[in-house]
Amino acid sequence: MSLKMIVTVKQVPDTHNIVGDAMKPDGTVNRAVLPTIFNPEDLNALEEALSIKETVGGSITVITMGPPKAVEVLKESLYRGADDVVLISDRKFAGADTLATSYALKCAIEKLGDYDLVLCGRQAIDGDTAQVGPQIAEKLGINQITGLVSVLAASKKSITIKRQVDDGFEIVRSKYPLLVTVNSTANEPRSPRAKRVMAYKNIDRKFCDESYVESYLGTDGAQPSPSILSHIREWNVESIGADALQCGLSGSPTKVKKVQNIVLTTSDVKQVPNTDVGISEFMRELMDEHIIG
Amino acid sequence: MSNFYNDNDDILFHMKHMDLKRVVDLKEDYFAQKQTHPEAPLDYEDALDNYSRVLEIVGEISGEFVAPRAPEVDIHGATFKNGEVHYAKGTYEAIDRLAKADLMGFTIPRNYGGINMPKTVYSAATEMISRADASLMNVFGLQEIGDTILKFGSDDQKQRYLPRFCSGEVLGSMALTEPDAGSDLQSVMLKAFLDDDGNWRLNGVKRFITNGNAKVSLVMARSEEGSKDGRGISLFIYERDEHMKIRRIEHKLGIHGSPTCEIQFNDAPAELLGRRRMGLIKYTMSLMNGARLGVSAQAVGIAEAAYREADKYSQERVQFKKPIRKFTAISEMLSGMRVHIEAGRTLLYETSKIVDLKEGIEERIEHHPETKADLSDDLKRYSKYAASFTPLLKFYTTEMCNQVCYDALQIHGGVGFTTEFNIERHYRDARITNIYEGTTQLQVVAAIGGVTSGTITSRLSEYENDFDFSGISELFETAKRFRTHLEVVVAHVKEKNDARFSEFHARRLVDIAAYTVISYLLCMDATKSDRKKKVAQAFLVEANHKIQAVFDYVTSDDLSCLDSFDEIIG
Repeated sequence: MSLKMIVTVKQVPDTHNIVGDAMKPDGTVNRAVLPTIFNPEDLNALEEALSIKETVGGSITVITMGPPKAVEVLKESLYRGADDVVLISDRKFAGADTLATSYALKCAIEKLGDYDLVLCGRQAIDGDTAQVGPQIAEKLGINQITGLVSVLAASKKSITIKRQVDDGFEIVRSKYPLLVTVNSTANEPRSPRAKRVMAYKNIDRKFCDESYVESYLGTDGAQPSPSILSHIREWNVESIGADALQCGLSGSPTKVKKVQNIVLTTSDVKQVPNTDVGISEFMRELMDEHIIG
Repeated sequence: MSNFYNDNDDILFHMKHMDLKRVVDLKEDYFAQKQTHPEAPLDYEDALDNYSRVLEIVGEISGEFVAPRAPEVDIHGATFKNGEVHYAKGTYEAIDRLAKADLMGFTIPRNYGGINMPKTVYSAATEMISRADASLMNVFGLQEIGDTILKFGSDDQKQRYLPRFCSGEVLGSMALTEPDAGSDLQSVMLKAFLDDDGNWRLNGVKRFITNGNAKVSLVMARSEEGSKDGRGISLFIYERDEHMKIRRIEHKLGIHGSPTCEIQFNDAPAELLGRRRMGLIKYTMSLMNGARLGVSAQAVGIAEAAYREADKYSQERVQFKKPIRKFTAISEMLSGMRVHIEAGRTLLYETSKIVDLKEGIEERIEHHPETKADLSDDLKRYSKYAASFTPLLKFYTTEMCNQVCYDALQIHGGVGFTTEFNIERHYRDARITNIYEGTTQLQVVAAIGGVTSGTITSRLSEYENDFDFSGISELFETAKRFRTHLEVVVAHVKEKNDARFSEFHARRLVDIAAYTVISYLLCMDATKSDRKKKVAQAFLVEANHKIQAVFDYVTSDDLSCLDSFDEIIG
């Protein structure tokens, strides 16, 4: 048997490269002006899956829940080496909090069937909750290891992981099936592969119901070429067999009471002399004020 | 950190405006692979989109991965221990990164695992890599080895070597130089002989071999015993085994990440590439021309890096209560640097395109012999242009690179002379570009024929006929005047019919030929953008000055510098 891996990813607003007003006057996120990116720690999760595949073998399916535009992160996953991708998209998913999101993802994972290892980024930069991964594991009823910083050993039967905890590291081993969440320090995600970019840049998505059987675009020429996906599968609430009431806004108990709009301004400039003494005094000051330490 | 493709308006300008239609048709064999290879383009627009996407990957790796590692690579450099060469950590990581992104078979056809990019796109990629880390270009740029095997190797050799180059499994080197055969490659002594079993073996020493530790080398050797000149030399493919010993690596001023090896072959088994006796006169010349294009791209990349350091520093450094870029002396240097880099780049892409056309036509004739009659004139034409433009390009860009680095360091003042700032690294790295793959002086020798024979001016005539310069007629009139001056000066030298006189002024002739060609190219760019008009204007003003000076000098017939050599030197 070969290792079956599923990676969950999310398209998020790029909070590091904000141009214009990121917040609307009413305090909600102004998504229109924010460019979207692959959630950074999800890219770390994908990278970890790819390197496990390189050592142990196996296959990687990437899933994302989001609007049709979220297909971009799936393409990015294909560019980097994912074998298969699925878009989970439906207006009924809109407004989902972490509970509704993890429910939908759990349904999608179960629909994919057999799996050994689910990898999630530790958290998304738009919400910073770090809840979705653990919630998926709970709903699937499988082991979970959060905060992966490195894989110490992996086989087709079990995996040994070093995880970050508050005051250090833990080394944990688990059999499959297992869900892990991956930290940004775990790896440096690889670049897209030129060939895959050229092959997949125009791939379409196609809505698929339950009866759909995947086909691969073969090559009929003299030169062999690895078979590639012909299109990106798209599933909705029905096709993953989810209860619509538990999805989207209706499945989300989280209610935002108030959003506070805080504008940080520069009030004071302090120049630190570029000397050992200057730097160590500055470090002490930062520690005294509990900014670091 | 940034993406070195997306943050470079000038590269984007060229990628947007260049007419690569014929290059693409030839490179893609009129889209013959669109059914068989999912990554092959469907049409011209699709191909351009592919180029841009590939360059975006190279830009990302250059800006975000290679550049941050470059200072470390420079400090530690490649090292030599127990008979083996080790790259700096950052170099290993970069090679791995590039290979995993499918970028090590850049121009090699898809059938062998490459991504089949034209040279023009490869030049842009090489430029970005060099901007990040000049020394890494000597690994990335040595894809030329694979390209040479592709051009001249047997089917079997192509099958055995090319996929391994493309996957990054093997790297290449070209072993040409020897202790007594540098610029004068005809005196190569390394001996190739057939052993009792009829296999080729190599014996002798090569020196100054960039990346000589590579798994696969192309080795130039004397296969014809008793011969003395270039016609006794053949080219061999050698794969590393115990019969080759690395004796040492050089300690150099710059490009520390790139190992320069002295290697010794002891009856090392090798295989012949192509035909005997063609090693120097055909294959190595082809290989070197490719490498010259690569070094020119490297020079433009280093210049770009140096310019950006100077630009940044001039904004941050405050003296007399204002940023130093507000001072005329500094702003003049900055704008001069920028103009010359863009001048070099436009010549780089034009030359690369000419090489693409030449090679594309060659390949078309090879695969479709029935097209030979129609294409042979074109092939002759582009071969001549490629042979003239390549040395002209290397001549201009590598000298330009040194000047830009010089000025960029000058703008930094005292701190530029310290190792705390990147500029000193660029300054050191720049210095090899006008030496290796043929010194500037040798580029003059290679380029002068095209200047005096009229090859260069016939290309200028094509520009005159093919482009509409009506929007910038005044600028273009100036450029045409340069051409007239060039022709007058060339005629004057020819009329003299004095070898010493011709030789003495060759450098100046090549210089003003480069300035004239670039003036035309910048005029063509100016028809596409208002900003480029300003760039062209700034360049032409300076060119005018230079061309006038050469005109005066040559027509004065004064050779006192040569005539009084003995009195002056003593």
